[in-house]
Amino acid sequence: MSLEVTLEFSGGAELLFDKIKSRVVALPVPRPDGAKWTIRAFLVWIRDNLLKERPELFLQGDTIRPGILVLVNDQDWELIGELDYELEAKDTILFISTLHGG
Amino acid sequence: MTASATRAARIHALQDEIGSLKALLAAKEAALAREVALVEQDHEDNQDEVDATAAATERLNKNDVARFSRHLLMEEIGVTGQLKLKHCRILVVGAGGLGSPALLYLAAAGVGTLGVVDYDVVDLNNLQRQVLHSETRIGIPKVTSAAIGIAQINSACQVRTFNCALTRENALDIVQNFDIVLDASDNPATRYLINDACVLLDRPLVSGSALRMEGQLTTYHINGGPCYRCIFPAPPVATTVTNCSDGGVLGAVTGIIGVLQALEAVKIAVGLPAAFAQQLLLFDGTLGKFRSFKLRNRRPDCAVCGDQPTITRDLIDYEAFCGSAACDKTPSLKLLSPDERISCKDAEKLLRAATSTNPLLIDVRPRLQFNICSLPQFINIPYAPPNTQDADFIASVQELLTRRESAGLPTRPEVVLVCRRGNDSQLAARLLKSTLGLDQVVDIAGGLEEWSRCVDPDLPMY
Repeated sequence: MSLEVTLEFSGGAELLFDKIKSRVVALPVPRPDGAKWTIRAFLVWIRDNLLKERPELFLQGDTIRPGILVLVNDQDWELIGELDYELEAKDTILFISTLHGG
Repeated sequence: MTASATRAARIHALQDEIGSLKALLAAKEAALAREVALVEQDHEDNQDEVDATAAATERLNKNDVARFSRHLLMEEIGVTGQLKLKHCRILVVGAGGLGSPALLYLAAAGVGTLGVVDYDVVDLNNLQRQVLHSETRIGIPKVTSAAIGIAQINSACQVRTFNCALTRENALDIVQNFDIVLDASDNPATRYLINDACVLLDRPLVSGSALRMEGQLTTYHINGGPCYRCIFPAPPVATTVTNCSDGGVLGAVTGIIGVLQALEAVKIAVGLPAAFAQQLLLFDGTLGKFRSFKLRNRRPDCAVCGDQPTITRDLIDYEAFCGSAACDKTPSLKLLSPDERISCKDAEKLLRAATSTNPLLIDVRPRLQFNICSLPQFINIPYAPPNTQDADFIASVQELLTRRESAGLPTRPEVVLVCRRGNDSQLAARLLKSTLGLDQVVDIAGGLEEWSRCVDPDLPMY
């Protein structure tokens, strides 16, 4: 069993992930500890499975670093519970690095 | 004379004539720039008078009707909307890649007063995207060049120029003279400053940004929606911010975002709903896609627009808050001690004595930059964190050392590293020393930019 979600990166965040802007990932269910796939747990999974080095460019403590926006199904994650949001099948999670140039 | 000789003579004559016309044009534009600067001064002196006159003229003259007929025919604008534009004052912070197209369209649309803030002068490398400026205006202040460009499209537009950086000292004084603000700046410190000034003075802020093939756009502090700080309460760590002078940007991408900023400002000015309020527009030039996302609500605990704001009219030290300067220039890193580095002058002597195998000369810039220009004998092994993995760089150098070893060359050679500015070369030097045990590693202080200043002025700089 697995939980499939679409993981997307934009604004340069994809540079930390082999420059791949969109991919489908399969998360194992149930999780070993029986807990739900919250975004908090998903960030740890990303760090352990996809990030090669310099996790500080993506994470700060157990959350996302300042300057990266998290959008779940095209909505700011702040509107749906941030780290505590529980992922559902077919969700799209987009990490956008904000641009400052002009 | 033969026909071809006659033609050649005509070509020469035309070339001469074009040459002198160009010189004349440059002289005229310089004269115009001086006059515009004087008029600016007069404007500032007479601004109150101008405002009073504008308010009194509540109709469009014959010229206005002809010029703006395509607006007047639209339900969304019409005469009422055009008059609102005529009386609207819009401030554009930054006359660069975003500000140029925004100002062009705002001036053409008939915005009565445009303010332009920029501390920089026009540079050749601006012209690839900053379409308001021109070859003949290289070296003059961008705000002056912008005023000339605007006058050429719509001489009735009043332009107020601010040839300075926006700072905590002048921001409120400048912004309070305008109804709508466009953030067309290029660094986080200025973006927070503009946001705070707009919130404190209750002005809508149309904020654009662009890098490489992507652009972003949001309108802040409008209709009770969030401000920039609500979305980004904490600034990004300085080392994670890539600017256009390092990352590059495609001119048409800044053009698209700048023009969208102008569209949003025109709509706000005429009273149409702001399309990007509480929305983030993402433009991906690679995929040719626009996507739009709903952002969070205003945060009651926001430091500036919240219920108990901590940022007041004194503003704050934005460079300290962001840990980076309010410009897009890359600061110099001081990581290695002076004896671990070599000056350009000394490097030049050392390179003259170098053989084809010793020392090992490595240029760590990204391949694209190496392709622009490079020093003789240097090989390219890119190291540009955060976009290069440490492991990849170490593996490439190790592979080179192994090849050298099989050719009977010393396994721990002297190494000279160079990059664009002498920042990444320091990081690379430290990495090679700590991981491969290379102990004779130096980097060229100041990099190729310094080399171009003190050794070889013909080396192209980008």
